[in-house]
Amino acid sequence: MEEEDMKLTRADEVRAFIARTPLAQEMGLRCEVMGDEMTMIMPFQDKLIGNFMIKAIHGGAIGAFLELTSQAQVFLVTEHLARPPRPINLTIDYLRQGHAKDLYARAEITKMGRRMCSVRAEAWQDEREKPVTTLMAHFMVAGD
Amino acid sequence: MSNDPASAPEPWELMKENIEMISGGIPWGRRMAFRFTRIEKGHAWGLQPWKERLVGDPDTGVIHGGVLTAFLDNLSGTAASSALSKPRFVATLDLRIDYMRPAEKGRDIIGEAECYHTTRNICFTRAWAYHESRDKVIATAAGAFAINKPRPAESIARMG
Repeated sequence: MEEEDMKLTRADEVRAFIARTPLAQEMGLRCEVMGDEMTMIMPFQDKLIGNFMIKAIHGGAIGAFLELTSQAQVFLVTEHLARPPRPINLTIDYLRQGHAKDLYARAEITKMGRRMCSVRAEAWQDEREKPVTTLMAHFMVAGD
Repeated sequence: MSNDPASAPEPWELMKENIEMISGGIPWGRRMAFRFTRIEKGHAWGLQPWKERLVGDPDTGVIHGGVLTAFLDNLSGTAASSALSKPRFVATLDLRIDYMRPAEKGRDIIGEAECYHTTRNICFTRAWAYHESRDKVIATAAGAFAINKPRPAESIARMG
């Protein structure tokens, strides 16, 4: 078999990134890749709670979920990257409470530059139109 | 007089007394092995140990940025509620994180947060995460927290 045929697709590499990243595994993340689009899923677990009185998911866990989603999305569409990109900064907007159920997220690249890229991501539960949390982030994409 | 407001302990004093309980009261904080080390009025300090399960890059062993987000969010929220003179829950409105340099593999991360301004509805915070000192910072955070409605004094130990 030619070496070319043995190559992993970028979608495989994104799945492998989630599978071998300890924090993503700790959070129970799963991703569904469809071409250049991807949805990340965080199934609800008790350990993700931030406030047990109201059973809300921890804001920091949602932030980490959106950061991992953005990282994976940039990695998915940036072929020259050998590894998932490193974040420069991010802003998290907490819009609604994350209830004790599964959370979904998607990220989209607002601008891809040569060294940096700008990303927006959002996480939702029942309705995509009612995001729980949104994120804006910059990543380095210059390669190592 | 016991209902003299001057003799009632301030929220931060109760939080300081119950620091262990506050650390243990957040399931995701417990999973991250995070704990508060000191609380004063409008200030909180904490420790985030390095743990294999929190690694974001298996090739370098560096903790994921998302752990720092949760760490600085916890510290900032506690600094915010400890700044208030009445017991109130605060909810993160937004949080901005700047990553200055990667954390080092296997090393604990120290963090501190301060609430530098409050209005009737909002607390404004800033926070730092580092290994040794703020001169060599790993990440900084700026946050805004919404102050929620009054709640019973006995729930104060769970503030976070």
